[in-house]
Amino acid sequence: MSRTIPARPGRPSAAPLPQRKISLSLRMKRISRAWQLYVLLAPAIIYILVFKYWPMYGVQIAFKNYNPVDGFTDSPWVGLTHFIRFVNSYQFGQVVGNTLWIAVLGLLVAFPIPIILALLVNQLQSERFKKFTQTVLYSPAFISTVVVVGIMFVVLSPRSGLVNNAVQLAGGEPIFFMGSAEWFRPIYVISDVWQNAGFSMIVYLAALAGIDPALHDAAKVDGASKLQRIRHIDLPGIMPVVTVLFILAIGNLLNVGFEKALLMQTPLNLSTSEIIQTYVYHAGLQQAQFSYSAAIGLFNSLLNLALLLFFNTVARRANQATLW
Amino acid sequence: MSLTTNPRTIDKPTPTVSRGHLPRPRPTLRDRYGDRLFNIAATGVLLLSILAVVYPLYFIVIASISDPNAVYEGKVWLFPSGVTTEGYERIFADSRIWNGLGNTVMYTVLGTAISVSTILCGAYALSRKDMPGRKILMLLFVITMFFDGGLITKYLVVRDLGMLDTVWAVVLPGAVGVWNLIIARSFFEHTIPNELREAAQMDGATDFKFFFKMVLPLSKPLIMLMIMVHVVAHWNSFFDALIFLNDDSKYPLQLVLRNILIQSDVSSTGTTGGDIESYAAAQRIAELTKYAMIVVSSLPLMIALPFMQKHFTKGAMIGAVK
Repeated sequence: MSRTIPARPGRPSAAPLPQRKISLSLRMKRISRAWQLYVLLAPAIIYILVFKYWPMYGVQIAFKNYNPVDGFTDSPWVGLTHFIRFVNSYQFGQVVGNTLWIAVLGLLVAFPIPIILALLVNQLQSERFKKFTQTVLYSPAFISTVVVVGIMFVVLSPRSGLVNNAVQLAGGEPIFFMGSAEWFRPIYVISDVWQNAGFSMIVYLAALAGIDPALHDAAKVDGASKLQRIRHIDLPGIMPVVTVLFILAIGNLLNVGFEKALLMQTPLNLSTSEIIQTYVYHAGLQQAQFSYSAAIGLFNSLLNLALLLFFNTVARRANQATLW
Repeated sequence: MSLTTNPRTIDKPTPTVSRGHLPRPRPTLRDRYGDRLFNIAATGVLLLSILAVVYPLYFIVIASISDPNAVYEGKVWLFPSGVTTEGYERIFADSRIWNGLGNTVMYTVLGTAISVSTILCGAYALSRKDMPGRKILMLLFVITMFFDGGLITKYLVVRDLGMLDTVWAVVLPGAVGVWNLIIARSFFEHTIPNELREAAQMDGATDFKFFFKMVLPLSKPLIMLMIMVHVVAHWNSFFDALIFLNDDSKYPLQLVLRNILIQSDVSSTGTTGGDIESYAAAQRIAELTKYAMIVVSSLPLMIALPFMQKHFTKGAMIGAVK
């Protein structure tokens, strides 16, 4: 590279800020030297621009009346019409209520169980049994949602299902689990624990493995019982991980399990199984009300983001680990 | 491996060796009665959990080879009764299953290849602290973790791109997970020493050459992890296919399964008998086929699980240390 850059004609003047000029050219030099890195990054950048930012740009149709001819940009603005229509629709209370029910129930039940499992597994004396337990408990995570819901349908079938056979053996009446609104939530949460608790446990086990064994040895010398050691060493030791995962779970509160809810839906349990996202799917893709359902989706995202920010702030106030 | 010297790398000890390598102190008088009770309770709880996970799966397997009437009457609990392979025969005779399987294999191979190569290249670039604009570019990715355009606009974009009903609609829209990108980036940051790069540059290696000749061969555990994560995800996914594909000859296995297992689309099971009796029999055969179908579709991943376990455990660890 040449040491000086000749002032090009037509430019105001090259004189005023020579220092800045050099740093700029240096920066250009660094950038051009790294061109191969940018080439490596290019496919990923193109991907997020097309499949993440373009849809994000398209979110404006929530405030417009989308029509395919005009596209995202030129469709006419209608302001908050779609949001108002959603809030006033008779499904609003039901759909939002169902979503919160599943989310909160899932969080209360499905979040602590992996922690408890990890604490128990960590206490096991036999390495072999430990490994075996881990493998077995997390194997359902590799079964697809479709198959898990398929298992529910056959195992809970009122005519020939395993569970109803047991119910009848105990002298009860067969229950049509998948066709009843009051059973949707318990089945949803239990199957979630069944499928995912083992997999979530692994992160906590990893965190437990990072706890200094000297702490346990010292506590043992002092005569601490196992329960006391779990309470005073293990639990505080994994607390940062627990907090971060809790905040992440909150951030995903309204998103998780949408596919499963959709698969579990039958005409008979819709009154509890229709959640915001399945409603978006039905209204948007099946009935082609693009703007209306985009508005509902946006409502869901914003609610989610608000929850995430709120709990992150709470965690920071409480001096716990935070996401950022 | 040499990587173990860095505590933040992927090769941390797996959780199963939690107490390190120190000899466990022998039980002393201090090991109280309560501790023993606790051990028994803990083992009991875990055994019950194992049973709760395993029994439904075990039942599915034995039901799939049992006489459907015995299953129907609730006679099958611990052992198969009246062994039959009719369920499996029907599946293997069903062209939808084979077609779906073929599609799934194609989507899985293509999708995994696209995702893994994009993620590895992108993550490496982002791991290079000397790349100008690194922070802003990273931010561009992180933002998408907290806010996305939603289902509808994603659908409209894919439609505007003319990808509906094509392979690309299944393999492209979910190709790069930011979480995976971050995992890969932190792997590169912690395992590829700067000195190595400087030495290679001194010898005249370009960034391309260094990446392909040095970084990738050093990153086999990461590559394995990424391949597995994507193979499992593609094998199990159905939703993108559900919204983007109309032509049922392009359906992946999971979507075919959904239609048969959940929507109870029994057309393949043949019999459309008129009287109640044969209808009931057809129903039972259909149930039998469902059991067999669950087994067949889950078997590949279950068999591969022991081989994949190591890599997934490591993945959870990188995720945990962020």
